[in-house]
Amino acid sequence: MKTSKLVEQIPPSGIRVFFDLVLGMKDVISLGIGEPDFVTPWNVREAAIFSLEEGHTSYTSNKGLFELRQDISRHLDRKYSLDYDPQDEILITVGVSEAFDLALRAIMNKGDKILVPEPYYVSYGPLITLAGGTPVFIRTDSDKAFKITAKDILKHCDKKTKGIVLNYPNNPTGASYTKKELKAISRAVIKRDLIMISDEIYGDLTYDFEHTPFATLPQMKERTIYLNGFSKSYAMTGWRIGYVCAPEKFVSLMTKIHQYTMLCAPIMSQLAAREALKNGEASTQEMKREYRRRRELVVSGLNELGLTCHKPEGAFYAFPSIKSSGLSSMDFAKGLLKEERVALVPGTAFGPSGEGCVRISYASNLSNIKEALVRIQRFLRKR
Amino acid sequence: MNEILEILEKDARTTPEEIAKLTGMKAQAIKSSIKKDEKDGVILKYKTIINKELIRDERSNVRALIEVKITPKKNVGFDYIAERIYQFPEVSSCYLMSGTYDLLVVVEGKSIHTVSDFVSSKLAPMESVRGTVTHFILKKYKEDGDILRQAKRDKREVISL
Repeated sequence: MKTSKLVEQIPPSGIRVFFDLVLGMKDVISLGIGEPDFVTPWNVREAAIFSLEEGHTSYTSNKGLFELRQDISRHLDRKYSLDYDPQDEILITVGVSEAFDLALRAIMNKGDKILVPEPYYVSYGPLITLAGGTPVFIRTDSDKAFKITAKDILKHCDKKTKGIVLNYPNNPTGASYTKKELKAISRAVIKRDLIMISDEIYGDLTYDFEHTPFATLPQMKERTIYLNGFSKSYAMTGWRIGYVCAPEKFVSLMTKIHQYTMLCAPIMSQLAAREALKNGEASTQEMKREYRRRRELVVSGLNELGLTCHKPEGAFYAFPSIKSSGLSSMDFAKGLLKEERVALVPGTAFGPSGEGCVRISYASNLSNIKEALVRIQRFLRKR
Repeated sequence: MNEILEILEKDARTTPEEIAKLTGMKAQAIKSSIKKDEKDGVILKYKTIINKELIRDERSNVRALIEVKITPKKNVGFDYIAERIYQFPEVSSCYLMSGTYDLLVVVEGKSIHTVSDFVSSKLAPMESVRGTVTHFILKKYKEDGDILRQAKRDKREVISL
């Protein structure tokens, strides 16, 4: 029996071995976790419990509860003066991961290329391949604060280039873009007639300036597929609720795939998401303050240890260089795990340009972070 | 409330140097801000929160909430009588309340008897006290924002992207 060649050719995650190593070990301090350490605010959990008591256990419309789409529409209008019609321009998905997949499948034809700044979130490359396209990676490094420019875009485009993925604030680097930087990028996007898939799941966790949704820039709304969700802003990863806002032509195609593959997102999660939008802002702000403090501690701590670290503008990741240790990313991560029981993710998990760096997640409480820094110091002394 | 106080309220053992790292402020500025707050009484003291639910033995204290109705004194109102009550070492908290009674007094004692002795021999006989209702606390679940049980283990996967 033959199986899918397309799927077979997708390389297994290069750090699977490392993951298995971590999972077999006890008493590990983990700075390798890509989700908030907070639990979902109680009012949101309570709303979900209540929805079950009320017997809300059915499907919703394919696009998601109209009330939730309306809430999202109002929320974006209030926050960013961004105007999306809840009827035709918003789709509720099972996390941003699904939304990303839908976006690719809705816009791509066989052989199309999508630009992906590297280091990149692990699923981008494989999902582009699965959708029949080819990812074209744009390498960034710490000297450029892990950011791309308009020039990079123009340099990597050819006539098969369909679109570009931008994830800001970024997982794994924590880098984000100011309005000015985004505007420059938007000019290249117009010049090459690209579709922008803008993954802004960490948008609420931007520390040094206001987050600017790509769709708010002049002429960008018509060519932007804006992805966001509840996982990071409201500590709701396990609920799996994301959303897409985009012009109707994109949303209607995405809805077609969504209705046949997913049908709809779980109703109890959608109702919980409504509560998060209604009464969750204070929790979001409190978590953000806490992350920000941890960021200061982590960045200054790493730099003091000689692991040069550019200050991440958002998310909850630091992406320091470990070159001073003389080790490769993988050896650093393995050694640190074995000798000091601290888990982090080697930068190469996010593409070859992550070599020489590691991803440190500060979605962990302060005492864990402090202890981890002590252990990293001990580890480095032995080199 | 400023950020220094916010951090100290969560963990009083955070050193000025650590607060400096967390906030990006200068350690010296933090030290003088803390000193000023200590002098002004904004920072009253640094205590350890002990979960007494976990160290219950025959010596642990019982606590009672006592509703106290009062006839206020001319010119001095409730403050005078409140002061006479909260000076007793048995009283751990004392609040002036709106509603059907006037003072809410939290009393701690070795046993139900010591608390009821205190109420019947010290509190109730006071001239201005018109009546008391005593409620004993059976179990504490949460106090001043802290849930009184051991922290739950981190349920997340050890590593995720």
